[in-house]
Amino acid sequence: MSEAPAAPHPVSAEPTAAAGHLDLLLLPPRARTGWRVLPARVVAMCMVELQKLRHDRTELYTRAVQPALWLLIFGETFTRIKAIPTGGTPYIDYLAPGIIAQSAMFIAIFYGIMIIWERDAGILTKLLVTPTPRSALIAGKAFAAGVKALLQAVVVIVIAALLGVAMTWNPLRLLGVVVAVILGSAFFSCLSMTIAGIVLTRDRLMGIGQAITMPLFFASNALYPVAVMPGWLQAVSKGNPLSYQVDALRGLLLGTPSHLGLDFAVLTGAAVLGIAAASSLLGRLAR
Amino acid sequence: MTTDDPGRPAPRTAPVQAPTTAYEPPAEPADRSADASAQSPAAPPDAVTCRALHYAFGETKAVDGVDLSVRPGEVFGLLGPNGAGKTTAIRCITTLLPVPAGMVRVFGHDAARERMAVRRLLGYVPQQLSADAGLTGRENVELFARVFDVSRRERAARVAQALEAVNLTEAANRLAKTYSGGMIRRLELAQALVSAPRLLMLDEPTIGLDPIARTTVWEHINAVRAATGMTVLVTTHYMDEAEQYCDRVALMHRGRIRALGTPNELRSALRARRARAALAPTAPHTSPASPPFPSTPRPSPAAPAPTPPFSSSAPSPSTPPSTPPSTTLSSPPSSDAEPTLEDVFRDVAGSGLDEQSGDFRDVRSTRRTASRVG
Repeated sequence: MSEAPAAPHPVSAEPTAAAGHLDLLLLPPRARTGWRVLPARVVAMCMVELQKLRHDRTELYTRAVQPALWLLIFGETFTRIKAIPTGGTPYIDYLAPGIIAQSAMFIAIFYGIMIIWERDAGILTKLLVTPTPRSALIAGKAFAAGVKALLQAVVVIVIAALLGVAMTWNPLRLLGVVVAVILGSAFFSCLSMTIAGIVLTRDRLMGIGQAITMPLFFASNALYPVAVMPGWLQAVSKGNPLSYQVDALRGLLLGTPSHLGLDFAVLTGAAVLGIAAASSLLGRLAR
Repeated sequence: MTTDDPGRPAPRTAPVQAPTTAYEPPAEPADRSADASAQSPAAPPDAVTCRALHYAFGETKAVDGVDLSVRPGEVFGLLGPNGAGKTTAIRCITTLLPVPAGMVRVFGHDAARERMAVRRLLGYVPQQLSADAGLTGRENVELFARVFDVSRRERAARVAQALEAVNLTEAANRLAKTYSGGMIRRLELAQALVSAPRLLMLDEPTIGLDPIARTTVWEHINAVRAATGMTVLVTTHYMDEAEQYCDRVALMHRGRIRALGTPNELRSALRARRARAALAPTAPHTSPASPPFPSTPRPSPAAPAPTPPFSSSAPSPSTPPSTPPSTTLSSPPSSDAEPTLEDVFRDVAGSGLDEQSGDFRDVRSTRRTASRVG
């Protein structure tokens, strides 16, 4: 590699490139091995997400509109009607964690479309030729979705606080909120990337994404307690990771009774399963 | 005639037989595999070695038995029209596609079994303009420094050098979406260079670029190669670029390599073949065994004349399916002129250059790339 090029080369003009000091480009970087690869790749993907958001925050703002409307119109109205048994907490307080989870989910569901777009643009292809195992790449994308969803959650929490929702400011509980939002988004982004690996085109995924987000949202405890649902819907809700995420957020932010241990176990398991499923289907996207 | 090997002095004793052997596998790869398998353990491994590489998408054989060796330090061009199988071959070498049959080695590492080791040696620039438009030039390069485990201590300096090497230092803090097509290509080159690859793989690096940007991209590739001594494997369908910038080229058509050598070797071999054909009587035409095809190069009114993949100097006759055009058919207009690589390609590729020059998806992705370049 250090030897001179094989033959004198026909360069059409004088080389315009300043190839003078490229000493570092001669040294391959030392490879990380074993367990260190995964966190390094996750950090790399999250950095990309943060850098993109720093350059263009429009999405953060436009995506704040919908949760704001949910809280403002749906929340305020149903607080007055008092139709939903929330066990004493004002309905808008009860609703706020559900809307945080919903807006995080909507962002994450978009990730499958993004990975198809990146495939079409060659970005994914290029990342797959780096020393990054597929699972690490998917985990990186999943946690990047989590980081983005987290920023969105902050916006929703601020809106909720402005609307007078009484939430905790206990840093430990807020840390729990961070973890719950990231794990939930990791799962939903992997769900989306898994479907992307099956349907392979943006158009189809867009349709499927639209078709599944609302059922996931309504078949959860985001808007109303599971107890008021008919039996079959309760069963669906029990299998819906969004319910566990909302339960955790509600317990942490409002202090309502919840099953934090179970919630986090389900969210972690779902995220791991999602990463495994999406990375096993990533090869289909790559070819 | 497809078996004519430019590298060997006396490929055939009877040129008369040549046109009747339509798609006999080229003799040359076998020749090369023999000398590669005989290489002593002390000799440095080839940058890329493919042996009997096959890849099929369903029924379509995209790569149909490719043997080739890329020597360390050379610029090797893989040439062919759209749909020749170049990109598929490249994707097998980059570990993007599995290697279902045959063997692919990169600096001695098996691309099927040692994927991570192979990837660490590679810098890859795909056909599409693949920089992330929402990031600055510097951030685009930083991402690749991170995923190749460049330590934090070294990262800024290394990224700066990669940007410097492609002359993007001044534009480094602008978003990539403000870059021109040529700048994005150079940025991708910087992304590939930041990990100090030993093998740079470029898939149609100049597709859709204007002539000046094409030259600039090539100058940077050359300058970097001169400075680092890395091996470059490039696919292109611009014959003129290959002629100008590649040390050796392989002409690929319908999943197979039809000729391999330096541009000069290939050209002089064609000249020799034409000279022989001119001397020899028009035996293939009178021979009863030869397949019937129009023996006069009259322009066919039936031919819809789609634009050939390479803008042709010599008008190609209406393409009779699966009959290799005899040199006497295509050569008369330019037999005394110095043949170009394009003539060599027409000669070795045989028929079907105009039809089947890439499927719809291929053309569409090329157009998409071209439209992104603007």
